[in-house]
Amino acid sequence: MDITWYLVVSACVFSIGMAGVLTRRNPLTVLLCIELMLNAGNLALIAFARAHGNQDGHVFALIVMVVAACEVAVGLGLIVAIYRRKLPIDVDELRELQG
Amino acid sequence: MNLELTAWLVLIFPLLGTVLIGLGWRAMPGRTAGYLGTAAIAASFVSAVLTLLALNREDEHHRQITSVAWDYAHTVGVDAQMSILIDPISVLMILVVSGVSTLIHLYSISYMGGDEGYARFFAYLNFFVFSMLLLVLAGNFVLLIVGWAFVGAASYLLISYWYRRTTATRAGIKAFVINVLGDVGLYLGTLFVLQGTGSVDFLTVFERVDESFSVNDPNLVAGCLMILVGAFAKSAQVPLHTWLPDAMEGPTPVSALIHAATMVTAGVYLIARMHPLFEQAPIAADIGAILGCATLFIAATIGLVVTDIKRIIAYSTMSQIGYMIMAVCSAAYSAGLFHLMTHAFFKALLFMAAGSLIAAMAGVQDLNRTSGFRKAMPFTFGCFVVGGLALSGVPPFSGFFSKDEILALVAARGDWHIILVVVAYLASLMTAIYTFRLIFRAFFGDASPEARELEHGHLFHAEEHRNPLSGELEDTEIGFPGPEHHIAEREGTMKIAMGTLAVLATIGGLLQIPTVTHILHDFLHPAFEESRFYDSLEPTTGEIFVGLAIGAALAVIGIFIAYMLWARDTGRKLDFHERFAGIHNVLSHKWYFDELIDAVIVRPFAWFGRFARNTFERLVINGLFVGGTSGVIRAGSAAVRGVQSGYLRYYTGLLLLGVTGLVFYFLVA
Repeated sequence: MDITWYLVVSACVFSIGMAGVLTRRNPLTVLLCIELMLNAGNLALIAFARAHGNQDGHVFALIVMVVAACEVAVGLGLIVAIYRRKLPIDVDELRELQG
Repeated sequence: MNLELTAWLVLIFPLLGTVLIGLGWRAMPGRTAGYLGTAAIAASFVSAVLTLLALNREDEHHRQITSVAWDYAHTVGVDAQMSILIDPISVLMILVVSGVSTLIHLYSISYMGGDEGYARFFAYLNFFVFSMLLLVLAGNFVLLIVGWAFVGAASYLLISYWYRRTTATRAGIKAFVINVLGDVGLYLGTLFVLQGTGSVDFLTVFERVDESFSVNDPNLVAGCLMILVGAFAKSAQVPLHTWLPDAMEGPTPVSALIHAATMVTAGVYLIARMHPLFEQAPIAADIGAILGCATLFIAATIGLVVTDIKRIIAYSTMSQIGYMIMAVCSAAYSAGLFHLMTHAFFKALLFMAAGSLIAAMAGVQDLNRTSGFRKAMPFTFGCFVVGGLALSGVPPFSGFFSKDEILALVAARGDWHIILVVVAYLASLMTAIYTFRLIFRAFFGDASPEARELEHGHLFHAEEHRNPLSGELEDTEIGFPGPEHHIAEREGTMKIAMGTLAVLATIGGLLQIPTVTHILHDFLHPAFEESRFYDSLEPTTGEIFVGLAIGAALAVIGIFIAYMLWARDTGRKLDFHERFAGIHNVLSHKWYFDELIDAVIVRPFAWFGRFARNTFERLVINGLFVGGTSGVIRAGSAAVRGVQSGYLRYYTGLLLLGVTGLVFYFLVA
């Protein structure tokens, strides 16, 4: 099986996600874009697994999904907390923690 | 008992005493600390006697025993062991040190009775005895240096025992600095020896010295000169002597023990111990002999004019050690060590008697204010006279035999040694004069108010206490001398200690009566078996008796002169002062040694220090090192801080760049 197109799709999705993280200022969108990047990675993992007839890639993909779920939970929690404290929902404004 | 065990016990008892008193002094009421300290040293003395008995049972040719406890440091080129050397020299030294120390501890029990720091005093004193015994028992150079530095530290602690007296702390620092100079000398000398012979163990070094070094090998001469620096600093010989008179700031028992009987004679012991080195480097030995001779003369002349009771005795100590140094540097080993022993007896006695006298004056030690104590203090007077006669060398007191043996043996070396002997005879005349000047002025003449009060059975008590040197007003709390004073006439322990020493100072000379007894010479023989001079250096009977006659005559003449000047007709003394005002001035300024050292060493160094502070410190240290380092760190942290912008997108971009860079790197590689 030729995996070239799978990888191309994966790369495209990853780049879209990357561009989103770099350009968007709404944390919600940034979170979504990170999800895109993670899933692009998953796609590549599964494509390789299929190509090599090896099940390890599937396992990794599942683990990545679990991690992604946790990350979204934490990220959304943070955003809700920010919203509750009436802080601006903007990653550029939220930079008090700089050194 | 086992020889090695008893020798180790000699060391262990004083250490135990130090630790017990030092840690448990709170639980010791009254004079317990004093009795405990004395008991520790007495036990050490008993062990020393047992060691002597055990050593005498050994075979004549096997009386140099090294006892190793454990390896101290075993590393490249150095094989230092925790070892002690038990041989006739060290056994003689431990007997003298622990014996005299026991008596001085006994004396201090009462003498220091009124002092607030009573237990501290005995802890220090025990520590000193431990260090001194370690020094004389050490079986290798490493342990010797340890003991050497310990006695310096103990001396410092005891000189500045009254630590709130500014003069005392300053004297302590002075003594310590000069002693450290000596430590460095000894250390460098050891390095020379180690480099040449490849060992630090005494017996090994002495065996190898003849094959490792040729006669007057420059390396060995340099090493021996360095060892001499150590010996001279410790033994207060010219030009490193200025600390000893100042060290009289310590309590009188300390002067008796450390600065008369034991520590200051360590230099003599060191040279006698190192005799194989010095015989292989005669140049160094000759320099030592000449400087010893210079010291004995200079110190005797200063002793003639000083008016501080303790300092007179201090200068006489310097002078007598000059005799010993001259002796051991001229290969008259047994005579030097014999004089060391008799000197320990009569000089400790003199200091104890002086302590009693000073106590009767309530701390004043100025000879100008002390007079006429003969009737008030008969016991002290008697001890003073016995000590004075022994010091002046009047037959049959101990100093007579030991001093004249030195002079006879040095004269037997011939050549220029004769000059040394002539100078030494001149100094021995002066010794008699200054000793009896002290006695006649302090005990004869009109009774001073204090003496008159004491005659009526009342010990003088000062209303206000003053520093005898600077006249500053002092209180009597801790860190200053206590309010009470104790004199020998009223204290049993002081009487026992002084009486014992008086007997020893009288009969000590019987060990070595020329042509009759030579107990000490025979006893020391095994330690000097390989010496080139020990047996061959022997004056003829005629020479010996001529020497003895001259010595005795000079002593009597000296006492007579002192009597004429200070007891019979004091007007003549004033006349003398005027006629020799120039010389008197030089002598009372102690030959300007302090001023010379100040001008040659202290001032240039102080100037250099100021210069370094103003330029080097400011520009290089502060500017370059400190400023440079902080500048680099500040610039680095500013750069790192700049990166921390807080923009999430910026971080992501950096991450992306980094990961891309890594990926490219691995793809290319």
